[in-house]
Amino acid sequence: MSGPGEVAVRVRGLTKRFGAATVLDGIDLDVRRGEFVALLGPSGTGKTTLLRLLAGLERPDAGTVLTAPRVTTVYQEPRLVVAKRVLANVTLGLPRSAREQGRRALAEVGLAGRERDWPATLSGGEAQRVALARALVRDLDVLLLDEPFAALDALTRLQAQDLVAELCARHRPAVVLVTHDVDEAVRLADRVAVLRDGAFAVDRAIDLPRPRDALSGAADPAVQEHRRELLTHLGVALSSP
Amino acid sequence: MTVETIPEEPGGVQGRRPVGGEAVSPDTGRLRPPAWLGRRRRHPAVSLAVRLSVPLALLAAWWWGSATGRIPPDVLTGPGAVLSAFKELVSTGQLADYVLASARRTGLGVLLGCGAGLLLGVAAGLSALGEELIDPTLQMKRAVPFLALVPLFISWFGVGETFKVVLIAVAASAPMYAYTYLGVRGVDRKVVEAARGFGLHGPRLAASVVIPSALPSVLMALRISLSVSLTGLIAAEQLGATEGIGYLVTLAQQYYRNDYMVLCILIYALLGLLIDLVIRGAERLAAPWRGQVAVR
Repeated sequence: MSGPGEVAVRVRGLTKRFGAATVLDGIDLDVRRGEFVALLGPSGTGKTTLLRLLAGLERPDAGTVLTAPRVTTVYQEPRLVVAKRVLANVTLGLPRSAREQGRRALAEVGLAGRERDWPATLSGGEAQRVALARALVRDLDVLLLDEPFAALDALTRLQAQDLVAELCARHRPAVVLVTHDVDEAVRLADRVAVLRDGAFAVDRAIDLPRPRDALSGAADPAVQEHRRELLTHLGVALSSP
Repeated sequence: MTVETIPEEPGGVQGRRPVGGEAVSPDTGRLRPPAWLGRRRRHPAVSLAVRLSVPLALLAAWWWGSATGRIPPDVLTGPGAVLSAFKELVSTGQLADYVLASARRTGLGVLLGCGAGLLLGVAAGLSALGEELIDPTLQMKRAVPFLALVPLFISWFGVGETFKVVLIAVAASAPMYAYTYLGVRGVDRKVVEAARGFGLHGPRLAASVVIPSALPSVLMALRISLSVSLTGLIAAEQLGATEGIGYLVTLAQQYYRNDYMVLCILIYALLGLLIDLVIRGAERLAAPWRGQVAVR
């Protein structure tokens, strides 16, 4: 695996308030191309708000947010246009000449031959894979993932995680994943940051070899150590192993 | 479409049947198949027969009433007289000319009115600025019955073709605007947000995401616009027309021809039915993603 590339996301002193509540309080964050950062935190700690700020869907109250030009988000819901076929959803906003790329992206997510299906006929996992293909068909610098696996069943989730890890290793964007799942964060990320009370409580490198297998990972003491550490920062009291 | 399935369990000891519900063995004596909560399916032929029964009964009552003299001909002419009036107008070629003239006016008016209504509805539904600029005025305009505009339009355009087309256009634009606006507002904001993230804005966003998603509403709007435009047509053709269905109504009134009056009503009814069928067909063609979701 090659080392991280140039900085694709730079956040300095970022503050966001909703009414009287300060959700983000002077956050700093750098993400380089090819780097996979997971944001963990209890609900309501501003993980998604940070992602929306990076996506340009919210404005900061103070501080700066800088991103490389090509930013794409995959949301918890697939957000497909029901009135368009799968391939047209993948190439949404792209010229017609991008259809071949769209076909390749669909093949990458294991949906070759489903180009002419309607979104309503897809299962939840398939629809989410279309959403992934839609993000990956673009030349992108930054990939924002807002709990993209949360709505999937356990088995589909593991498959989708493998797929994302593989695709990110191939396309090497800067990735910011918002999740509430510690195992998912440890499995996918190069770095895990825990948001608490509007600031990063911890920012920890996960220097485990890839590819990371869900089964053997559960027994790996290094994985367990990361897990325990992160859960402690999340305020989960653990009994001694 | 789900079909009632018959659960088959290995061994067959606890096998239960989907209907009937006789106990199979002593262990299952208290068990019953679940009460059927799914949709009850009806045979299409039964459904069609029920649909047609009331109009046919009305027709039969009309026939019988006229034949037995219970309905005096000056109140309502019998079907036979209406039929011969129809034949007479067809043989002189007048009916075809009239229908064509009316269709031309309606087509042009609907095209202009629905086009404007669609454009304004999408603009108001999609952008806050559009909503602020367009909606208050059009809500006010909607409160004015379009027939109230007839004298004003006559003073502007005379009683020629322009007046007729404009009146129909104004009539057709109101429902088109209202339902398109609602339909566009009803498009999933999250999908629109995602599409904006993929660089779609303004007209491209409208054409590739918003209008396709709002198409069922737009087609419903078209259906209502077309029926309203028929009202506009009657009003327009009662003044300064020398051909058209509305002109035929005026003639019937002047010469007190009950058979023509009834014929015109039947033609309007038929046109309405035809419009409905065409739009239903268009719904199937234009919104194929709804697939098995029956358009009823």
